[in-house]
Amino acid sequence: MSDTLVDFDEVLTRYEPVIGLETHVELGTASKMFCGCSTTFGAEPNTQTCPVCLGLPGSLPVVNAEAIESTIRIGLALGCRIASWSRFARKNYFYPDIPKGFQTSQYDEPLCTAGHLDVELDGETYRVEIERVHIEEDTGKNLHVGGSTGRIHGADHSLVDYNRAGIPLVEIVTRPIPGAGAKAPEVARAYVTELREILLALGVSEVRMEQGNLRSDVNTSLAPIGSLDWGTRTETKNVNSLRSVERSVRFEMRRQAAVLDAGERVVQETRHFHEDTGSTSSGRSKEEATDYRYFPEPDLVPIAPDEEWIEKLRAALPELPAARRARLREEWGLSDTEMAWIVNAGALGLVSDTVAAGATPADARKWWLGELARRANDSGVELTELAVTPEQVAELAGLVAAGTVNDQLARQALDGVLAGEGDPAAVVESRGLAVMGDSDELVAAVEAAIEGNPDVAEKVRSGKVQAIGALVGAVMKTTRGKADAATVKRMLEERLVSG
Amino acid sequence: MSTPSPKGRLTRDEVAHLAHLSRLAVSDEELELFAGQLAAVLDAVAQVGKADVADVAPTTHAVPMTNVMRPDVARPSLPRDVVLAGAPAAEDDRFRVPRILGEEA
Ligand SMILES: [Zn+2]
Repeated sequence: MSDTLVDFDEVLTRYEPVIGLETHVELGTASKMFCGCSTTFGAEPNTQTCPVCLGLPGSLPVVNAEAIESTIRIGLALGCRIASWSRFARKNYFYPDIPKGFQTSQYDEPLCTAGHLDVELDGETYRVEIERVHIEEDTGKNLHVGGSTGRIHGADHSLVDYNRAGIPLVEIVTRPIPGAGAKAPEVARAYVTELREILLALGVSEVRMEQGNLRSDVNTSLAPIGSLDWGTRTETKNVNSLRSVERSVRFEMRRQAAVLDAGERVVQETRHFHEDTGSTSSGRSKEEATDYRYFPEPDLVPIAPDEEWIEKLRAALPELPAARRARLREEWGLSDTEMAWIVNAGALGLVSDTVAAGATPADARKWWLGELARRANDSGVELTELAVTPEQVAELAGLVAAGTVNDQLARQALDGVLAGEGDPAAVVESRGLAVMGDSDELVAAVEAAIEGNPDVAEKVRSGKVQAIGALVGAVMKTTRGKADAATVKRMLEERLVSG
Repeated sequence: MSTPSPKGRLTRDEVAHLAHLSRLAVSDEELELFAGQLAAVLDAVAQVGKADVADVAPTTHAVPMTNVMRPDVARPSLPRDVVLAGAPAAEDDRFRVPRILGEEA
């Protein structure tokens, strides 16, 4: 059954979207949250489990100190208040991915509350209020056998791998975000993008979305314009790519508008996102699922961070992405828009590293956003996946600046670098790409051009200096682009224009 | 979801809901029986409410300790054959469990 959808622009003529995100981040600790099992990704199934993470009787959990510090650091980076008293709670539910029958989480006493994250989009800043940041544990992985598509419908039975069960998981919950209007899908994406940058800067997680290190539950609701009510929300679970975050909000806005237009009510429920179609479908009903009967975890004592501990962690925070961008923008002398291009192209680190390797900011930017972006686009890969390092790009820019190669030859040198022929200078050498200096060969080419085009030469002699372009072109042709155009022009002028 | 009854009495509906959450199969007769028994337990526990605790700070844990933590060091896990020996059924090095009705992963 396919949903009726309202055209996106039309949705906004009648409704105001409100979004909210709950983002789960797997921390990059060496061991699990409450036991010493390894967290290595991709290990053989069920080789990283023990009585604690399997929930065997009599086992007792002990908190991973690093995970607590990482959670506090995330809270500090998001401007949160760090609780002086925080407890764990049991979230009870029966599902085979949770061997204990409950997930150890936090409920009414989370570690961090009341923060915010400013998200920049097209020159505007949206402040996303953070309600809470808490620590919990990840679940095992179910493999559904016998179903047609891997979905559980039609599945005969399930196979469970508990390697992931008990890996520290931080949950970051926003307050509802109203007022984004048509930008709501992009704000949702920009928020997750910026959050990911912060987590990377903090070094608390590898944030590999394709490995499920970061997954977002995306809440969307629609309210009729002018209404004080925010409408009934749906929660699209486990959206695990930036693009999907944006698409899921867009789809839910269009679907919910059709439901409301028909005079029906949006059902409060969890929904699943489908990458292939960009659509969502109904999951289990929320009312039943939320009866988790939370109660304080009796096997763990409270975490009570004192001022000294918190301040020590605060003092050790790295430069955060927004501050870093502002500093680099200033250092490189770029406008907000120019900087945004670099950031949106995913080239900030590359440009920064290229400048650090000796290129001018202008050259670094030109290469990565120009020629290299074009090549990445042509090959359908990310900039970071190109077989060229920032050091090599800086070297290439240096060869152009020194006049060893011109732009066209530099592109040929890049071909060689990308083909694995070595560093730029080596490729220029091996492919014979260096521009000709004031050599005999060049002198001969210049004189041949004059002799071969007597009419043009005469025009130049008689004062029509623009005509010299045709002679430069002739020289470039005979030298197959290896001459430096400025040098050729100077040599022609020496011969034709009386100083 | 059922709503709590007045006076703290436990209704049949509530017992049925709790039984469902705990994945317990309870017959109609048992519902009646357990509703009465659980109500008696709740009444007994409710006597705690008579104590005057106006000047007593809430106790959050039986042991007055905080910040019990361990360093983030990985240690050997159990051998897989030992782990799976405790599983009701195993297949393909994983725990085999019945399909889950009406829910999605
Ligand atoms: Zn373990």
